[in-house]
Amino acid sequence: MQALIDQLLQEGYFAGMPHQAVYAIAMLLAAFAVLSFFVAPLAGVTSWLERRVWARMQSRVGPNRVGPQGILQWLADGIKNLLKEDIIPTDADKWLFSLAPYVVFVGFLATFVVIPFGGHLIVADLNIGILYILAVTSLVVVGILMAGWSSNNKWSLLGGMRSAAQIVSYEIPAGLAILNIVLVAGTLSMQGIINNQGWAPWDWYLFYNPFTFAAFFLYFTAALAEGNRTPFDIPEAESELVAGYVTEYSGMRFLFFFFAEWGNLYVIGAVATTLFLGGWQIPPVTDNPTLQGVLQFILFFVKAYLWVFVAMWVRATLPRVRVDQLMSLCWKYMVPLSFVCLLGTAIWMLIWPQGNRLISGAMFVLGLFILARFFIRVNYQIQKARPTLYLKPHI
Amino acid sequence: MSEIVSTAEPAFHTEDMTISMGPQHPSTHGVLRFVVKTDGEVMSEAIPDVGYLHRSIEKIGEKVTWHGYVPYTDRADYLAAMFTNQAFCMAAEKLASIEVARRGEFCRVIACELNRIASHLISVGTFGQDIGAITPFLHALRERETINDLMEEICGARLTYNYIRIGGVGYDITEETCRRISEFLDHFEPIVDEYNRLLSYNKIFIERLANVAPITLEDAFQYNIVGPNLRACGLKWDIRREIPYSIYPELEFDIPVGTGEKGTLGDCYDRYWVRIREMQESCKQLRQCLKMLPRGPAIAKVPRRFKPPAGEVYIRIESARGDMGFYVVSDGSEYPYRVRIRTGSFTAMSLIEKISRGLMVADLIALIASLDVDAPEIDR
Repeated sequence: MQALIDQLLQEGYFAGMPHQAVYAIAMLLAAFAVLSFFVAPLAGVTSWLERRVWARMQSRVGPNRVGPQGILQWLADGIKNLLKEDIIPTDADKWLFSLAPYVVFVGFLATFVVIPFGGHLIVADLNIGILYILAVTSLVVVGILMAGWSSNNKWSLLGGMRSAAQIVSYEIPAGLAILNIVLVAGTLSMQGIINNQGWAPWDWYLFYNPFTFAAFFLYFTAALAEGNRTPFDIPEAESELVAGYVTEYSGMRFLFFFFAEWGNLYVIGAVATTLFLGGWQIPPVTDNPTLQGVLQFILFFVKAYLWVFVAMWVRATLPRVRVDQLMSLCWKYMVPLSFVCLLGTAIWMLIWPQGNRLISGAMFVLGLFILARFFIRVNYQIQKARPTLYLKPHI
Repeated sequence: MSEIVSTAEPAFHTEDMTISMGPQHPSTHGVLRFVVKTDGEVMSEAIPDVGYLHRSIEKIGEKVTWHGYVPYTDRADYLAAMFTNQAFCMAAEKLASIEVARRGEFCRVIACELNRIASHLISVGTFGQDIGAITPFLHALRERETINDLMEEICGARLTYNYIRIGGVGYDITEETCRRISEFLDHFEPIVDEYNRLLSYNKIFIERLANVAPITLEDAFQYNIVGPNLRACGLKWDIRREIPYSIYPELEFDIPVGTGEKGTLGDCYDRYWVRIREMQESCKQLRQCLKMLPRGPAIAKVPRRFKPPAGEVYIRIESARGDMGFYVVSDGSEYPYRVRIRTGSFTAMSLIEKISRGLMVADLIALIASLDVDAPEIDR
């Protein structure tokens, strides 16, 4: 991105304008492009897909009216919410109340700056990329706490407090799991981490050693908790806290919270893909740089979206844990485990500084075995344990 | 209160937060209200406030004829309307000493047990939803839809049936309906296993329910807890067995009791698990009824101007929510002199205040769901 603008400046475009202004305008345009042409449709389609996936799992149909298979449902929802009255309760703290959704939104949107969609498709390859993601996602908790406090509603307050406790706690195992990869890769830059991995699964950091393998699941669980997803969705626990911190919100402000939530799902998947699953690394199939870029983008998107699907699946399956169980899961199990992983990886690096190909291969086989077991179980549930009398009217 | 708030002088001034939970709250099963005092997540008390769904059903009984009151009883508990029908009709029959047609008795039991399954499906389904699992709720409702279809075939209504009349039942059950009911049972029994795999054996679900809000047998006696909630405390007490009525003595079925297998005896999981097993027992009873269904009229001859002799009667039946009592007084006229309904949910509500102390807010939801309290049945 920066290289492109530098080149344009050198070639004499934008003559007479201060360089800083050109950079600022370019960044704004890039942010606008990413927001309107990628993030908004992405979050929207994710919301539609989640409802459809749920519906199929719950033997319902789901939204299928707007557009083919209902894929434009998110547009209809967005327009509806834009036209709704924006209610700010009389006793609410007006400034904080109005600001909170945008803080949450910024916290999630800012992560898109460093997400590597392809070899050259990244807004800014910061040398502290992953640290930056950890830092800006923490902004979400500020927004949620603001929403919970300013609504002047007791349910919102409880939801906000729960959320603060939860997100702050789960950042620790998530950060420690990420630190495994930082140790192995020796860099914080997202592109650097991906470049250190290969396209083949046994070159991924997921299978680098048993500790990174465990760290992946630690990261994914902790990220689900950070994203307020079931089974850790206690801040907005519908059946307990009405709607948690969004109880008093309506219209577009309400939508912004969910915009952030659904977009955040993709961020979780993207970070997991970058750190553990080889990112956009494609097999050497073509020399054409454009085609390579397209393939990289598609591969990255598919890998990341796979985890979005897993999160939906988990949400449709599992009940919600209780607050104290959530905390004990974090502090008694996940934090010690992630420390063990970190220590293990460090020792591993001492013994085999270049990694151990044999064990990577073995870990890959183990991963395949687990996956195969899983699919056999799922297949059994679908084929053998299937009830035969689905939805027959009048039997 | 004393268990959670320490007696030592606090360093700074703190106050319990008083929250009004309901009547508009997603998981209060209709319009219940609780005044909850919490210290953060931990409740110091939850006081139930009933009366938001009061429709004077008992008073209406004094103003309509005996036959005309049957549809009103549906509304006393619309999730298990068949039982209220049956209880009132049994009371009227006992007052007038009417012998119920034998086929009518079988039709009643078939309809009641189907209704029990439907009611328990709602109970366990909403239980899952209150705990945060949305999918099991919809799976349970899917099965209940099929039962509703069957009910429509039996009596033309899906929710408030008005099926059981004084002297028998309104419409006879046809051969075709019998075949469909047994087809449904063939389908439903494996579904219970599927449901168990999805929800009952789920680790998180068990963690949420085991050891939460156990009711001791002593408390259960003192607060008059009945039905599945009482059986979950470990007592084998079922009106169908202990004070037999209708054709239940002829049927073979087990009475599931709580065993405390996942935690303490009488905890939320036991109450849930008793309901799951009761659905299976109802399937058994239905199969027997379908096999034994005799020929003959479905309703006895009852005069249209029904005037039972003066007197009073108290009838107990085992409803989906436990011991349901109808106390009916007749003064020999066309109208009942007094109707009083005793329901299981009402007494269950009174216990909540005692056992909710020291629970977390999320546990209160589990407790309400596990007691299967039903707003129309509390207030009537």
